Amino acid sequence: MQYLPNIIFALALALGLSFFAMNIRKLLRNIKLGKEVNRTDKKPERLKNMLMIALGQSKMVKRPFSGFLHIVVYVGFIIINIEVLEIIIDGLFGTHRVFKGLIGDGLYGFLIGVFEVLAVLVFVAVIVFWLRRNISNIKRFLSKEMKGWPKNDGNYILYFEMVLMTLFLVMNATDASFQQAGIGNTISQFIAPLFDGFSPEGLHTIERTCWWIHILGILVFLNYLYYSKHLHILLAFPNTYFANLNPKGQFTNLESVTTEVKLMMDPDADPYAAPAEGEEEAIPEKFGASDVADLNWVQLLNAYTCTECGRCTSSCPANLTGKELSPRKIMMDTRDRLEEVGRNIDANKGVFVDDGKQLLNDYISPEELWACTSCNACVEECPVNIDPLSIIMDMRRYLVMEESAAPQELNMMMTNIENNGAPWQYNQQDRLNWANEE
Amino acid sequence: MNVPTMADMMAQGKQPEVLFWVGAAGSYDDRAKKISRAFVKILHQAKVDFAVLGTEESSTGDAAKRAGNEFLFQMQAMMNIEVLNGYEVKKIVTCDPHSFNTLKNEYPSLGGKYEVFHHTQFIQNLIAEGRLKIDDTTLKGKRVTFHDPCYLGRANEVYESPRELIKRLGVNLTEMKRNKSTALCCGAGGAQMFKDAEKGDKEINVLRTEDALETKPNIIATGCPYCNTMMTDGIKFKEKEAEVVVKDIAELIAEANHL
Repeated sequence: MQYLPNIIFALALALGLSFFAMNIRKLLRNIKLGKEVNRTDKKPERLKNMLMIALGQSKMVKRPFSGFLHIVVYVGFIIINIEVLEIIIDGLFGTHRVFKGLIGDGLYGFLIGVFEVLAVLVFVAVIVFWLRRNISNIKRFLSKEMKGWPKNDGNYILYFEMVLMTLFLVMNATDASFQQAGIGNTISQFIAPLFDGFSPEGLHTIERTCWWIHILGILVFLNYLYYSKHLHILLAFPNTYFANLNPKGQFTNLESVTTEVKLMMDPDADPYAAPAEGEEEAIPEKFGASDVADLNWVQLLNAYTCTECGRCTSSCPANLTGKELSPRKIMMDTRDRLEEVGRNIDANKGVFVDDGKQLLNDYISPEELWACTSCNACVEECPVNIDPLSIIMDMRRYLVMEESAAPQELNMMMTNIENNGAPWQYNQQDRLNWANEE
Repeated sequence: MNVPTMADMMAQGKQPEVLFWVGAAGSYDDRAKKISRAFVKILHQAKVDFAVLGTEESSTGDAAKRAGNEFLFQMQAMMNIEVLNGYEVKKIVTCDPHSFNTLKNEYPSLGGKYEVFHHTQFIQNLIAEGRLKIDDTTLKGKRVTFHDPCYLGRANEVYESPRELIKRLGVNLTEMKRNKSTALCCGAGGAQMFKDAEKGDKEINVLRTEDALETKPNIIATGCPYCNTMMTDGIKFKEKEAEVVVKDIAELIAEANHL
């Protein structure tokens, strides 16, 4: 019987971790539904991006207030996790504060003291975040796409962190031997008097309860990630590593188009030539994107990484002037559709069965896509280098090249370019007239 | 105005130092043509040996590409590249950040590799080489604010050369609240220039003009023909034509140097 808690703990840990691993496998499977794109070049530059932007939070602090609070929560979250390691060892082997004996009272006291201070700082930061989300009228938290689950998700994360931090501090405060040792109880010593009248057994029960809820809470939180915008705490790292390194204005030149254009422009090409052997059966490649599988895997990774902070949308000129476009919504729609496709695959034994839906129209409307000025403000703003513009452009390409569904005025502009070499209807022979008009 | 073409140059067996890529706006749009002429005056003053393609120039395809028509873009690109490579062009300068971006970033993988400059970068080089001086007395004391073009700024991270030039005019340069990497688009990029805006509660160029007017400028400086049009329209919408003018940096330099 005496090993029962250890067995229960080991089972809970195994269950939590295997469920998490299962979801990560699903995540990778879904991301791999995207098309191939090579992002393995320039490794030092990519590593630097990851270290600066994901680890160093260099883009977060461009908005200093929320950036600073975010760093508090981030640092707190990471560092306090050293404590989780101790909890796991204690849980598995039935020890108590195993690190104390291993690293000595001095260092242990210092570490726990720091954790306690961080826990308070995180608690305060999270309260401020809650107030910003729910009380103050910050426009980017009130957008249309932030109703329902996205709003609740944000709040659940904050409640989770409040509870976890409280449990950690109460656990320390009710640990009689820890309080007596007087090392590292920087904050918990002020909470301990609340429990003054309690019997030693009572204190122990509270301490154990906090300990259990704390670690089980962490396991639940770990598994909540996959379903939440909070997934960014993991994906921000690969996302910044694999981000586009080219100048932001440089859009991809579709290779499939290059081949065709070269053929069209080649005077020696035989337009009636039979396709080369083996080519007859190949399905011609679709131009642009109408569904998630037409996007590349980095764009899909982007969608899972998006934490719905809305910095992109709050800097989007189209959105600022009341138009339908919201770059954040583009990312959220892409993720929602990708999840839907993933569930479809799971339900159909590993193959996608056409559900009559797609990202275009069912999630993202052409009106949103046509409102974009391609100004790159959203790309610049994203704290984790997400590129909503590339998705918008791929979908415009589909609209224009597969469906000929550009707005009429753009069709005229394109006809003019084709016929006159300029977006306006002027004769190419008049192209130098400007030089002699003064 | 003496604007030699590459064809003339070739006939004389000459290769100019730089090709001036005028762009469709700079060639046909009445407002933007003034920018082209101002820039040519500066080139003449600095004794730059340049040429244009003239009737051989065609749209870079930027607007088509950003509208989603990759086919049309690549057709344009390949035709232009054929012409440019035919003349063995090495260096290109343009007053249009859209042409700048496309020629610099999107042509190389299609076979067109050139050294491409925005006119503000090119003029800055001329000053650094001692070939051009800017008279800092003509516009002295004017309040000038600079609107960053997206395709020069965020797209290619060129923020300083326009500002360096403005400072050399001896004017008082003020920044809008949204500037450099956080600058607001004029509303014309991504082929928006050629269509009506989607339904909303304001036009983007009006919002951007409001940003500019907050700095109480005498002059709104631009470095893009499309931005110039959009900001000029914004000023008209706000009925501020009497107090504020919109000028390209090339025009300001030409004016300062009495060209």
